[in-house]
Amino acid sequence: MLAERVLDGDVRAAARLMRDIDDRMKSAVDELKVLYPHTGNAFIIGLTGPPGAGKSTLVDQIVAGFRKKDLLVGVVAIDPTSPFSGGAILGDRIRMNRHADDAGVFIRSLGTRGALGGLSRSTTDVVNVMDAMGMDVVIIETVGVGQDEVDIVSAAHTTAVVMVPGLGDDIQAIKAGILEIGDIFVVNKADRDGADRTARELSAMLEMRHPEEGEWFPQVLKTEGSRGVGIDELIAEFDRHHDFLKTSGHLQRLTEERNAKLFTDTLRDQLFEAVFGAIKEDGTYRQILDGLRERTTDPYTAVERVLAQSSFS
Amino acid sequence: MAERRLRILVGKPGLDGHDRGAKIIARAFRDAGFEVIYTGLHQTPEQIVSAAIQEDVDLIALSILSGAHNTLLPAVYELMKEKKAEDIVLMAGGVIPETDIPGLKAAGIREVFTPGTSTETIVEWVRTKVTPRA
Repeated sequence: MLAERVLDGDVRAAARLMRDIDDRMKSAVDELKVLYPHTGNAFIIGLTGPPGAGKSTLVDQIVAGFRKKDLLVGVVAIDPTSPFSGGAILGDRIRMNRHADDAGVFIRSLGTRGALGGLSRSTTDVVNVMDAMGMDVVIIETVGVGQDEVDIVSAAHTTAVVMVPGLGDDIQAIKAGILEIGDIFVVNKADRDGADRTARELSAMLEMRHPEEGEWFPQVLKTEGSRGVGIDELIAEFDRHHDFLKTSGHLQRLTEERNAKLFTDTLRDQLFEAVFGAIKEDGTYRQILDGLRERTTDPYTAVERVLAQSSFS
Repeated sequence: MAERRLRILVGKPGLDGHDRGAKIIARAFRDAGFEVIYTGLHQTPEQIVSAAIQEDVDLIALSILSGAHNTLLPAVYELMKEKKAEDIVLMAGGVIPETDIPGLKAAGIREVFTPGTSTETIVEWVRTKVTPRA
């Protein structure tokens, strides 16, 4: 069984299990059952932001920062899967190579494989494997996102939104989407022109939130990932947010949300696979497609009939 | 639905700084539907092997143009054996004299592609010779 070897810290077993999870092997579910009681200890940080903002370089620096404190660090780095070939080039590791032979760091690259929210559907389970392995901190780097890929917020405890100067005016900053989800905002490449202005506009946007007494108020930090400038401050801010989550009771709420999401996502997947698999198997699906083509049925009625025949209604 | 997808590490060991070939191969693998973990330039054998293990790849494809292939490629395979990862297929491409190829194959490098090989040939070789590990 892979799970027992994972709990013993076997890197190959962990890597293999992550593969089985990503490839949706049935056996992975049984392994995850064994690991689940050993999860819930890692501090999970999400890093999101547009393509080219320097997320991977920042992750590399953050890993180094936590390693200085002797913490074990896992990284899950997500890059897009081609919608045409199903292939992918996962290139986030390029920026993190110096940690490749550090036994205290485990880096895993994942393709989105069709998921649209900035993560892959396997992300939470892969994070759980790292958690069960005993990683103190797990960092999730999302794909480069635009405005609305916000799944990271329910996958991580602390979400940092990484911006760079020159991406748009302050109207971009008050739109809905990724700018609503940051616990920490980072203006990276802060040596570039316009960094101060970008930081000011983000701060102005955040001040419009009018947080209640005792609520978290996100700060805007400036960093230069390539030179390591501002990283100590960023790590301190991660720690400050983590402490806030623990003392305010928010951590428990976040954990509940994360648990609920894992449960409902799994339920949705399994229900779909069970029902869809059954109707494909017994020919019902073919009949439905025929009926839709002839306009003798409609998708809504067809679904109702399928559900009526299953044991859930 | 369960589906194994081939995972390949593409990287460049050693000191030469020419990554165009590696990028073309990475792109061809992507278009063939493989998942490529691109690790870039200046990799030590230690970095390559530990990345390959963490990423659970089926194939390590190394591009090497520096002339140091007779040292670096066997070093990668030795490390794979040390870490009990020799079930991963090791392949190389680059400016490698024909006369060196038998020695490299004897040292654990499954296949060596020289300049002028089409990407189709390499993709086809991967499809037929490398299967995702069960």
